[in-house]
Amino acid sequence: MYDCCQDKDINVTKPFSKISPALAGLVLVALGACAQAPAPTGYDDPHEVQNRRTHGANIDLDRALVSPASTAYGEVLPREVRDTISVFSDNAGLPGVVANNILQGNVEDAVHNTVRFLFNSTFGLLGLFDVATDIGLEERDSDFGETLHVWGAPEGDYVVLPFFGPSTERDGFGILVDFVLNPLSLALPTEVKHLPKATWVLSKFGDRYTFGDTIEEFYNSEDGYELMRLYYLDSRRYELGIEVEDNELEDIYDAYDG
Amino acid sequence: MRMTGNDTSLTRRAVLGGLAGLGLVALLPGRAWAAISASKAESLIGQVVSDINGIINSGASEAVMIKRFEGVFAKYAAVSYIAQSALGVDGRSASAAQKREFTKAFQGYIAQRYGSRFREFQGGRIDVVGTSEGKNVYEVLTQTTLKGKSPFDVIFIVAKRDGKFIDMVVEGISIVKSERKEIGAMLDRRGGDLNKLIADLKAG
Repeated sequence: MYDCCQDKDINVTKPFSKISPALAGLVLVALGACAQAPAPTGYDDPHEVQNRRTHGANIDLDRALVSPASTAYGEVLPREVRDTISVFSDNAGLPGVVANNILQGNVEDAVHNTVRFLFNSTFGLLGLFDVATDIGLEERDSDFGETLHVWGAPEGDYVVLPFFGPSTERDGFGILVDFVLNPLSLALPTEVKHLPKATWVLSKFGDRYTFGDTIEEFYNSEDGYELMRLYYLDSRRYELGIEVEDNELEDIYDAYDG
Repeated sequence: MRMTGNDTSLTRRAVLGGLAGLGLVALLPGRAWAAISASKAESLIGQVVSDINGIINSGASEAVMIKRFEGVFAKYAAVSYIAQSALGVDGRSASAAQKREFTKAFQGYIAQRYGSRFREFQGGRIDVVGTSEGKNVYEVLTQTTLKGKSPFDVIFIVAKRDGKFIDMVVEGISIVKSERKEIGAMLDRRGGDLNKLIADLKAG
């Protein structure tokens, strides 16, 4: 079981736009055949040299472009407007989340998110307002990386992606699929087809602006690269409910003697 | 466990509990006699959370918020244990005075580092969700709800022994573990000079 997963080489750099969704489906079914992914341990980083290079390039890109653009965006538009754009973008992404919920066999979240989408798209004026949260239908995010995990795909190696930052082979592949297969973008008429993606970029600028201090801290940190790797892997594993044996922490908790 | 003695019934209960504890000690030699209950751990974290809720929505200046956060940290956390854990093996050769100074510097550094983010938390709310039991600790799960974001989990690791929290795990990220890495890197950059690290941490 373990081997069958290992043999599947997920090539994250492969241009995916030319491959039909059907073919992608086949690959995924093959991955899905491995029922249980091996539990990851530790923070092995076989591509560290390349990853550090990409990490550095991402920071350069941020300093040159993303950070100034985010600052301009944050200073020109008041918080209410930025929040509205972010809410709209999240809502536009919901059909994609529902698709993943279904692929994972998670009926409860699929229904939750469908009702949430219908509610916000109507009473929330095309998704400009998140009225669903107020009636107890809070945001429950998912993505194709999680779907792959549910299907039993292993985490793969740690990779730093250009622009997207810390990821794993599994999650990087997931980002590509989510990007290509956004159901709403496929369904929308040509004129507004790119609206969800445009607002997504703006909402990322908004996050960059709001959480600027936290992000700067990574730059100022003495080893931002290693910290980012730790943060990404630990939080992602937590999010997916992957139990990781962590003797380091266990030992620290056990040794406390007041 | 240190308590402010402004509640007589609490004091009386503590005394009675202490007597019962003594009886237990006689029965079970070697067992930690002051171990707290799960509900006690949860109510302690409930106090931490309500203090923090008060701070983030106080509208006070950032400097004041950081100072108050440091107060909460000093009151409820096992600060010196967390500091020594963060220092890790590098701390073994440190003198008692160095350890003391490092703990002091570390407390201010943590308050600055995490307290300065409270600006991002304004309008948010933290709630205690539930408690699970580990070997020597309770894990008290809290959820932080920020405007327009999905809620995120913070787990407080509370020592059974004395009810102090010895770690916070934010969406799977342990502060002790990440600070161990961070402090380790800082120390390496300074050629292992602990005094220099202490001075730099104090300087902010």
